[in-house]
Amino acid sequence: MSNPRTLYDKIVDAHTVRKLDDAGRVLLYIDRTVLNEYTSPQAFSGLRAAGRPVWRPDAALMVVDHVNPTASTRVSDVEDRVAARQISYLAENSRDFGIQMFDILDPRQGIEHVVAPEQGLVLPGMVVAAGDSHTTSYAALGALGFGIGTSDIEHYLATQTLVYRRLKSMRVNLTGNMGFGVTSKDVIMEVIRRIGADGATGYAVEFARSAVEAMSVEARMTISNMIVEAGARGAVIAPDDRVFAYIEGRPRAPKGDLWAQAVAHWRTLRSDDGAVFDREVHLDVAEVAPLVSWGTSPDQAAAVSALVPQPADETDPVRQASAARALRYMGLDPATPIDGIPISHAFIGSCTNARIEDLRDAAVVLRGRKVASGVRAIIVPGSTAVRTQAEAEGIATMFSDAGFEWRQSGCSMCLAMNDDVLAPGDRCASSTNRNFEGRQGAGARTHLMSPAMVAAAAVTGCITDVRRLMPDR
Amino acid sequence: MEPFASVSGIAAPFPAPNVDTDVIMPKVFLKGIDRAGLDIGLFNLLRFPGGERDPDFVLNRPGYTQAKFLVVGPNFGCGSSREHAVWGMMQYGIRVLIGTSFAGIFDDNCGNNGLLTIVLNKATVDHIIDVVSVPEKAAMTVDLPAQTITLTVTGEVIPFPIDALRKDALLRGLDAIGVTLAAANDIRAFEVDYKRANPWL
Repeated sequence: MSNPRTLYDKIVDAHTVRKLDDAGRVLLYIDRTVLNEYTSPQAFSGLRAAGRPVWRPDAALMVVDHVNPTASTRVSDVEDRVAARQISYLAENSRDFGIQMFDILDPRQGIEHVVAPEQGLVLPGMVVAAGDSHTTSYAALGALGFGIGTSDIEHYLATQTLVYRRLKSMRVNLTGNMGFGVTSKDVIMEVIRRIGADGATGYAVEFARSAVEAMSVEARMTISNMIVEAGARGAVIAPDDRVFAYIEGRPRAPKGDLWAQAVAHWRTLRSDDGAVFDREVHLDVAEVAPLVSWGTSPDQAAAVSALVPQPADETDPVRQASAARALRYMGLDPATPIDGIPISHAFIGSCTNARIEDLRDAAVVLRGRKVASGVRAIIVPGSTAVRTQAEAEGIATMFSDAGFEWRQSGCSMCLAMNDDVLAPGDRCASSTNRNFEGRQGAGARTHLMSPAMVAAAAVTGCITDVRRLMPDR
Repeated sequence: MEPFASVSGIAAPFPAPNVDTDVIMPKVFLKGIDRAGLDIGLFNLLRFPGGERDPDFVLNRPGYTQAKFLVVGPNFGCGSSREHAVWGMMQYGIRVLIGTSFAGIFDDNCGNNGLLTIVLNKATVDHIIDVVSVPEKAAMTVDLPAQTITLTVTGEVIPFPIDALRKDALLRGLDAIGVTLAAANDIRAFEVDYKRANPWL
């Protein structure tokens, strides 16, 4: 009888081509990747310079998402010539290396981490590494997902492997039932708030227990996506029937007899009883309130009912200075009630929170209400497929009627690499993942929260506890 | 990759925690298809807020403009995977980062570009920050073969750990892809077994 193993260990073991040293380094086989226009160009240039082919072109998918405009009417031409060159170079690499690409006008286009699951590209038990930190999202499908830089994209493309160092393991145990108006976004923000922006640095995180099992696959994508904001270098969640139902029938999913074989195997993908983790974290999600970030790091967040904290309450002098700087940047005074902070912008979008369930959550709040005067409200669906589905469900009209700009898909104002950029001093209620200085534009101020909370802020003109606006259960 | 051996120069203190790659390399510098021009991008909004040079930012202060080392706060390099952050550091002339912890993707990117990251305990990092915060005492030598940091003025010698594989790769400036492709037959053999065990893939 072998020692009990964690799910993470099982996946790493199953993908180990060979051991490289006694410090935990292995040559790790990677099943799939998604490539975007901004982190992949130099990797392909490296391959071209060395005359190296791509090891398995069919294992990769290319999507334009970071730099494309999201204006309501979609055109293939991109005005920003530098961005246009990134897109045309992706197309050249698609053609020359034989990798499938979803261009701007493709109905399957969208944010890579929304598109890959839609296509069935990611399956349980896989290792997926991609040139974007939010690749951890794929834990929701029972895969080990993690982000890599451009040099490692090139290494992956040339060899289908990465030189990988086995991580420490952390289990985040989520139990209890989420309260009224609380979403998985609030849960992951609470986890990050508690363990800190470096709380999971050096760890692979497994989410487990009843509150995870009760979450939809999309809700699991949100927590998996954002655990990288606590430093996690990879994430996993044991796949279950919800995951199998999500995947079945998607374009790249196994079919027929192979489907049954696959599911039988996928059911074995869980941590053994008695498996030991280097760190265990517990959270009763019933304790979680709708959260809002007040600072410039994702762990600088508090319940919507709380006050902006006093930096002086931080005991560590470096963290105290950091909190003080964050409040200066954010233009906030200590002890200000978070509920009631006026906003200028509301943004629903990103790989964290722009899937159909997120849009439904926000739409419920908007019913019969209008965006407050002085607020510019924008919704950028996570993929063109999500946009199409929302239009079919009548949700698109609810956003438009309320005064939201109903836009095309892309990363958009999450990182503002395209033309969706905030001005200095703008204050945005945002369903995204990072409130870093300058993230949504130089001098712009970001408050992270759930999509429903963004909707509530949009219609009141200030940060608002969404529970006051929600219909009774 | 550029080989690394021994480097002498100035160390700049930058102790803020959770310095993210958006701050290290703002988005407006991410739109190339090559690696050119990223030295200007490095910490751009801190070095040149509103387009004006900030004389108080550490790399703009007398004595630190030519820094080859940064002594940084915990979780340095968190956030986005953008390798442009590391390319910008190299182009600016930064060769070594010293801190208590580095974000995972960023740390891997450093290793892949010959930028040495040195992890030491908090007391030691705090001490180095104290010393180099005086510009006259900011010179040091990092010797990778010997695994030591020598503070030039005080004469202190601080040993640092690094795992053997990474040290060897840095010293020799190896082409990691070339090394892996030398084991291409292992990868092919793995694929045969893997496909047999997972026929739906």
